[in-house]
Parts: sequence; C-alpha cells; structure tokens
Amino acid sequence: MLRSIAGLKVAAALAGVIVLAGCSKSDKPDLVAQSQQTAVPGSERDFVVNVGDRIQFLVDQSTLTPEAQDILRRQAAWLRQYAQVTVQVEGHADERGTREYNIALSARRSTAAREFLVAQGVQPSRVSTIAYGKERPVALCDAEQCWSQNRRAVTVVTGGAVSG
Amino acid sequence: MISRVLAAFVLGFAVCLASFSMAPPAHAVLEVDVTKGKIDPLPIALPNFLGDNPDAQQYGVDITTVIGSNLERSGLFRPLPQVSYIEQINDFSQRPRFGDWRTIQAQALVTGRAVLQEDGRLRAEFRLWDIFGEQQILGLQFVTRPKNWRRIGHLISDAIYKAVTGEEGYFDTRIVFIDETGPKDARKKRLAIMDQDGFNIRNLTNGADLVLTPRFSPTSQEITYMSFAGNRPRVYLYNIETAQREIVGEFPNMSFSPRFSPDGQSVIMSLQQGGNSNIYVLDLRSRQTRQLTNSPAIDTAPSYSPDGGRIVFESDRDGTQQIYVMNADGSGQQRISFGKGRYSTPVWSPRGDNIAFTKLGGGRFSIGVMRPDGSGERILTEGFHNEGPTWAPNGRVVMFFRETPGSGGGPQLYSVDLTGYNERKVPTPNFASDPAWSPLLK
Repeated sequence: MLRSIAGLKVAAALAGVIVLAGCSKSDKPDLVAQSQQTAVPGSERDFVVNVGDRIQFLVDQSTLTPEAQDILRRQAAWLRQYAQVTVQVEGHADERGTREYNIALSARRSTAAREFLVAQGVQPSRVSTIAYGKERPVALCDAEQCWSQNRRAVTVVTGGAVSG
Repeated sequence: MISRVLAAFVLGFAVCLASFSMAPPAHAVLEVDVTKGKIDPLPIALPNFLGDNPDAQQYGVDITTVIGSNLERSGLFRPLPQVSYIEQINDFSQRPRFGDWRTIQAQALVTGRAVLQEDGRLRAEFRLWDIFGEQQILGLQFVTRPKNWRRIGHLISDAIYKAVTGEEGYFDTRIVFIDETGPKDARKKRLAIMDQDGFNIRNLTNGADLVLTPRFSPTSQEITYMSFAGNRPRVYLYNIETAQREIVGEFPNMSFSPRFSPDGQSVIMSLQQGGNSNIYVLDLRSRQTRQLTNSPAIDTAPSYSPDGGRIVFESDRDGTQQIYVMNADGSGQQRISFGKGRYSTPVWSPRGDNIAFTKLGGGRFSIGVMRPDGSGERILTEGFHNEGPTWAPNGRVVMFFRETPGSGGGPQLYSVDLTGYNERKVPTPNFASDPAWSPLLK
C-alpha cells in the first residue's frame, strides 16, 4: 500500500516532466516504463522511489518500529551520500485523536525520526521538522488500513537534490 | 476600545417600561428550573411585534422570528403557533385578555412593537406577561441602527430567558470557528465568525494558511489561534475589528493550543521542544513568558478557571491522555480524571462548577463534564467522533464538533445542554470545527 502511494506520486511528478519533454521530442515516451529508470541518482525522485520517504507508527506511539528503522537507515545512507541535500521531516497523526494532542504527538514522531537520522551521521542542521497533527491525511477510509498510513513521518527533500 | 465603539452605535440603551400591574412579580408561577434533567418547555405566545408603517412592521416580524427561534432552540420554551392565538394584539398599550391566552395553554406572552425613529434609529419595545399571574413581569426597550436588528432580537431573547429562568442568557453572543471546504485530504480551513444562531457569518482568513483552534478574548474583540503561515506553526492574535494579525511571540519551535486568561491580559499555550510539549503563559503587555509545566510528556489544552486562580490541562505523563489541575503558577499539579479511557481538551465552565472534556475509548469520542475535583463525571453525548467542547457564557450549554465517518465525511457544529438533553445542530454553510463561544457582547 505504502509503495503504491509512493508510486502514484512519482507517476504524477513524472507526468509533468514528460509534458515538458514532449515539446522538444516528437515521439511520446511511455510513462510506466520510464518511471523507475528516470529516477536520477541524488534526485528527489530517487529518494522517494529507491529509498522510501515515509515511516509508519503504531497507535498513539512514536517509537520507531524495526521496519521504520530500516527505512530511516536507508534515508541516512542516502543523505550521507548526497551531503548537500536538506530535508524536513513532517510528522502526522491519524484522525482518531483530539486536535491539540495530535499536533504534539506528530511533533514527537517527526522528532524521533530526526533524532534517528542524526544518530546515523546526518548533520543536525540538514534536518528540520514540522508537525501537522491530523490535518493532512493521505488515506481516507475509516479503518485501520487507512489510519495506519496516516500515522506517519515523511522525509521531504527541501533543497540540494540533483534535478531530474 | 472596540466595546466602546460598539456601544456607540450598536445599542443605545435599554430602559424599563412602566408596568401595568402594581403587584410584585409572581415568579412562583412563571418559572423554569434549568437544573432539572428533562425539562417541559414553557409554552409561550409570541405574536408579531407591531409597526406603524410597512418598514417598521417588517422589522417587527423579523425580530419576533429571531426571538422565537432563540427561545425554541434553548429547549426551555415552546413558542405556540401564531394561528392558534385567539386575541389579536393590535395596540402595544393593550392589556391582554389573559383568559384567551390561558385557553391556548400559554403560560407567558410577549408583546412588542418596532418603531423607526426620526433620527433613523430602530427602537424595539416589548412586554413579558405572566398569563396565570395576570401581570406584566418585564418591559424593556432597545435602540440601535436598523442594520443591527438581529442583535435586538438576541437581547430581548436574553431578557426573557433571564426573567423566566433566573439565569443569564447567551443569545447575544458569537461563535468563532474553522470553516472547512474541499476534500478530506486537501481541506481548506478558514477562520470564521458568526452569531450564535448561525447568522451574519463572515470569513476572517482566506484559506491560504492552515488555521486551527481559535479562542475568544474574554475582554476584547480579539481571537487567539494557531496558524501554519510561512510553514511555521505558531500562535497568533487576530483583531476582529481591524483585521490585524500578529504573532503572539517568537519561540524557537512550534507554539500551539492557545487560550486567553480570564482578564484577557495573558495567553496560555503549549510550546514544543523536540518530542516534548509544556505549558507556558505569556503576558501580552510585557511579552514575557513563564513556564508552568516541565514534564517529559505532552502537556497541552490549558484552560483557566474563571477566577484565574487555577488551570486545567491534559497530559500523557502517566501513559495516556488524562486531565490535570494546577494552580496558576504551576504548583500543585494533580490528576483529576480516573475513569476508563483517555481524557482530552478540558475547558473550565464560566461558572467554575464544571470542566467539559472529550473522552476517547472503545473507538468512540464523547463529550462529558466533571467537577473540578474529578467527581460527578457525566457524558452529554457519545458517538463516532465528538470533540472540542466550548461553553456558553452562562455555563448551561456546551457546543462541540461532530465528525461524520467516511472519505466524504466532515465536521459540523452541535450544541447540547449541561443536562445532556436538547442536542441541536448549529447551522453552517460548510463543514465546521473548533467552535469557541464568545462572552456576552458588550
């Protein structure tokens, strides 16, 4: 599920690129075939597709699960490789909490992710955080399969990435 | 400042009209006990206010409609249908034929008239009659600019409510809230304000920035709220009269969950540092902050007692969200919620006698009240998702928002009496959340 969302984002982002490319090239490239190949190393798309930009949390928790730690390790390795990249970790909560508490809970989640990246050797000055509480859900059903996707921390590239 | 400006043009004065009866008011007859659980609403007759000319007549009808609607929604009154009236009121100075009103089961009667004065202002006069006591128990007049005619309706409603219940009314008030439009995963949120009955709605922000949790100042036409402007979530002040916005203070990290102190001179809020959130108070004159809690936990949603001496807040310091009370200087922090489930968003009643809260448990969200020592917990409404109570200024009614489930679901505003009865939807054009009730307007 997580992967397919990331994939959709890539497809959407790529669509914009291809429209532009279409202006100078006569033959229209195939969107699906291109999506993996065109993630230029060191680009934002490379980070989202090949590293994974988000981790999930258990209900009312900010503890990093083993799966989350794996993703964050990959993120840290990528960030060490592309040392000019800066990121912001967005913390989110599901809708099954109250507004103010969820803002604080999502700050706790973004902080946990940031501290892990820093412990993995990413310079603290390269990683900022923001907390959105329950204000930015990505999955809309009223069931655990959606709420679990919304309990997340998303590492967003804010600068320094290779274009493409 | 604002209240002075308002006073200058909104309402001239309220004066007592001479009573028809020399006898003392017979409150023993015309009385509603608002503390009872289920109340039989008082049957009240409300013929249209009279007018000397078509314009005045129209104001009379409109004001009568506002009064009838307010009284009906309070759950304490049952306005009788005008078609059932036997006596026609044609003259404001007419003494009612009480027998005619008893025949249709009316216990109270309101007669009134609207007058467009030569100075261009609108005057509304009314008398409240006790049908069984056969006497006038209240007579008042209000003067205003004609465009403020709805406020006259609200003020007369408050006067009737107070005369019959002995409690202050809450009709001449406003609600600030968050207007929500667009799909659930791309919601646009605007700061909005309206009268308590849903009229005179107005957006205060344009939806470009995410805004949350607006709260009224108890003393001025100001709102404090949280905005994500500039991608930096912080607490702001907004002046309703001037539309001016300012950041309440510069802090290294996020500030959120603001609320005014009862004297309007301070804002209490949460400041975040890493995964930790603590409660601070900021003096609006000196702009000095003082830290009140220092726990390795989430301390948030602070709300003062009406005397300013204590603060109720929520914290997960004991593992899950629970409600705590402390002195205004941060001393004596004490947990008061011990029921099954999580407790959140505590708000101290303006009367001081209750704390309203959101309770989470078993996948349900309830609105409840408990006394400040944690005793006497009662649930007022329960369901899929009810959140964020706010008190009417008389401490008798609670407003909150209720989310409907599903991808097309969203929040709407509701009110419920302290007794748990008389739940009503508050009309808004779009989805609406985070309501905050104003004090009685000045």
